[in-house]
Amino acid sequence: MDAMLLHRIHFAFTIIYHYLFPQLTMGLALLIVVLKTIAIRHNDERYNQAARFWGKIFAINFLLGVVTGIPMEFQFGTNWSQFARTTGGVIGQPLAMEGVFSFFLESAFLGLFLFGEKRLSPWKHWGAAFLVFVGSWISGFFIIVTNAWMQHPVAYSILPNGVYEVTSFWGLLTNPWALLQYAHNMSGAVVTGAFVMCSLGAFYVLENRFAEHGQIFLRVGVVAGVIASVAQIFPTGDVHGRYVAKYQPAAIAAMEGLFRTQKGAPIVLIGQPDEEHQTIDNPIAVNDVLSFLIYGTTRAEVKGLNEFPRDQWPEPLPLLFYSYHIMAGLGTYFAFIMVVAAFLLWRGKLFQNRWVLWALLLSFPFPYIANTAGWLTAELGRQPWVVYGLIRTSQGYSKYVGPGNSLFTLLGFMGLYTVTSILFIVLVYRIIDKGPKVGPLEQASQMIPPA
Amino acid sequence: MGFIWFWIVAVMLVAYVVLDGFDLGVGILHPFLARNEQERQLMLRSIGPVWDGNEVWLIAGGGTLYFAFPLLYASAFSGFYLALMIVLWLLIMRGASIELRMQIDMGLWKAFFDGLFFFSSAVLAIFYGAALANVIRGVPLHADGYFFLPLWTNWRVGAQPGILDWYTVIGGVVAFVALAEHGALYLAVKTEADLQARARIFAKRLWTALCIVTLVSLPGSMIARPDTLMNYKAYPIAFAVPVVVLLALFGMFLFSRKGDDRKAFACSCVYLTVMLVGAAIGLYPRLLPATTGTQYDITVAKALSGPHTLHVGLIWWAFGMCLALLYFVIVYRMFRGKVSLDSGYGH
Repeated sequence: MDAMLLHRIHFAFTIIYHYLFPQLTMGLALLIVVLKTIAIRHNDERYNQAARFWGKIFAINFLLGVVTGIPMEFQFGTNWSQFARTTGGVIGQPLAMEGVFSFFLESAFLGLFLFGEKRLSPWKHWGAAFLVFVGSWISGFFIIVTNAWMQHPVAYSILPNGVYEVTSFWGLLTNPWALLQYAHNMSGAVVTGAFVMCSLGAFYVLENRFAEHGQIFLRVGVVAGVIASVAQIFPTGDVHGRYVAKYQPAAIAAMEGLFRTQKGAPIVLIGQPDEEHQTIDNPIAVNDVLSFLIYGTTRAEVKGLNEFPRDQWPEPLPLLFYSYHIMAGLGTYFAFIMVVAAFLLWRGKLFQNRWVLWALLLSFPFPYIANTAGWLTAELGRQPWVVYGLIRTSQGYSKYVGPGNSLFTLLGFMGLYTVTSILFIVLVYRIIDKGPKVGPLEQASQMIPPA
Repeated sequence: MGFIWFWIVAVMLVAYVVLDGFDLGVGILHPFLARNEQERQLMLRSIGPVWDGNEVWLIAGGGTLYFAFPLLYASAFSGFYLALMIVLWLLIMRGASIELRMQIDMGLWKAFFDGLFFFSSAVLAIFYGAALANVIRGVPLHADGYFFLPLWTNWRVGAQPGILDWYTVIGGVVAFVALAEHGALYLAVKTEADLQARARIFAKRLWTALCIVTLVSLPGSMIARPDTLMNYKAYPIAFAVPVVVLLALFGMFLFSRKGDDRKAFACSCVYLTVMLVGAAIGLYPRLLPATTGTQYDITVAKALSGPHTLHVGLIWWAFGMCLALLYFVIVYRMFRGKVSLDSGYGH
């Protein structure tokens, strides 16, 4: 088998699985702070119960995020050593900062949040929840800074020995690409958190178990969900998309399936790219829309793939095309369903509308799919470069780690993650089944403090 | 600058070994020390609020190594590929076993995670020791700065060694015994009554074993790596290291006998620190020696990042470490004293 392809799949598999957990914990961390705030401001114990309940779900997701995250930092060295060697001076920095500034903070205060409630005053406990939120969002920022430099390298120079060096630390941290990507990514995490909260709320209300708490979940989830889902499209998705169009035009052409440069370029809603004949099969397209989305006018010219040498086309192109379309399609659906739900909530009719509740209940997998597809879009769009325009992916992987070894460990990870998935589902099911009516004492005496 | 970053990385890894070391040790002792469910819970609670924070030192240290010495990070991590992947799997299993055990109140469920907790802790300790021994022995580096080692070859330390050979296995055994002892002394500090009495008995037995393996490992290093003593001969003050090692061992024995568990544990921390510092002194300025010829050694100068990276790094690193120490003080203060089953957090 092809060594580079295996290394790519190795990293892709482990990071896709890993990111199933942080996208929820980053979103939930914010929502838990909101629940805690309402509990204190309105002196409403039900919101505290809700916060404790989501704390349990948070804890188990956090654990899996931690243990599946450790391999990510090490895989730069194990599977991508040539890339790590030349760029470590740049991207090793944000990765180290994540550990120093975020993980120490999170590991210290998560224990206090989960198990310190009866020893801390309400505001101090709120503070612990808030610091967990801050820690997880700092962590996200440093990862995005790392990725953004690979997407859009800034503030670097090349030393005589071929190694990359940061010329401006501030420039690295304020890479415009990073700021846009961070906004888009974090609102994506809130979308996941909000949909999961709504889904469970809808479940409790429809099942008429813990319905009172279910309504709280729906209220908080829908308000957060409508803000995040709209922000996901505009401004974050829109501005980020234009930025990609400016600096990675080949990626945009491939995402949209635009093989030839066109004025008044159409947007393809559904279709199957045919690389050999450079066409889209069975296209359902709307004329002029792509030009409008990128340049704000329907007559603008959009560069097609024909402008770029074949060895600079993202690869695999069809997967990029589908990832992008799944992300954009689901993103549109999120905004639609959340606006409907928010309207019904405002009119006081949401808890009686079984159709919308069913839709919310069944929607929880979609944000996971959309976030994954979004990251696939970013990472495949960057191909064939590991650092855009500077280092090719084929120059990045560990050449002494043969396909036999990387396939061995890939299969190992697959097996291990299958087991953790089963355990995760069983344990989360039990938490959901037990429901949110827990006091701090009971919880503390049942579990070991995990820190 | 290279000197400073060499010791920064060394200090972070030492912090990792000393801190995560005691919870690994608790894992190793878990099946032998606890006689019933209550005691098993107590043992887990003694590390519950801190193990995760302890492990962060590995992540932060790894990240620091990555940006300060990218060549070393790239070469060593890809060269020790299989061993590193196994370590990652063990870390996953271990984290899961600590946290998932109490989620379901079922005998078999708990027994399974108890077993996994022991297995992953024990093998991790052995692998960490073997890893350090690999660095001391050296690896067959190519001219391009890379190498690749299989898990084992013929178990000899020659030009084409495996990750495991007689010398690195000794390193693994030393780490296993040292961390088990470290864990036993920690448990003596954190527990009471029967459990504490048993922890002290284990500490005493392990102490004898530790003295033996320590004394075997020192001449072992001379054979596996004859030029280990180069720096020691150039700077005779470095011979303080073996002296302090012996003093620490003696202190562990003395304070254990007196029942002063805190001081005995402190001596164990000193022992681990000085053993690692001694290895670091033997290495400097090499980071990863080559068995294929000294011209291929990965040295501090060869692997060091650019000057701006390191200058800026020094600033945020110092700031970040102050914050990290503050968090550790908060957590360990909340968690001070003996563990009990009554409350979730500390005593």
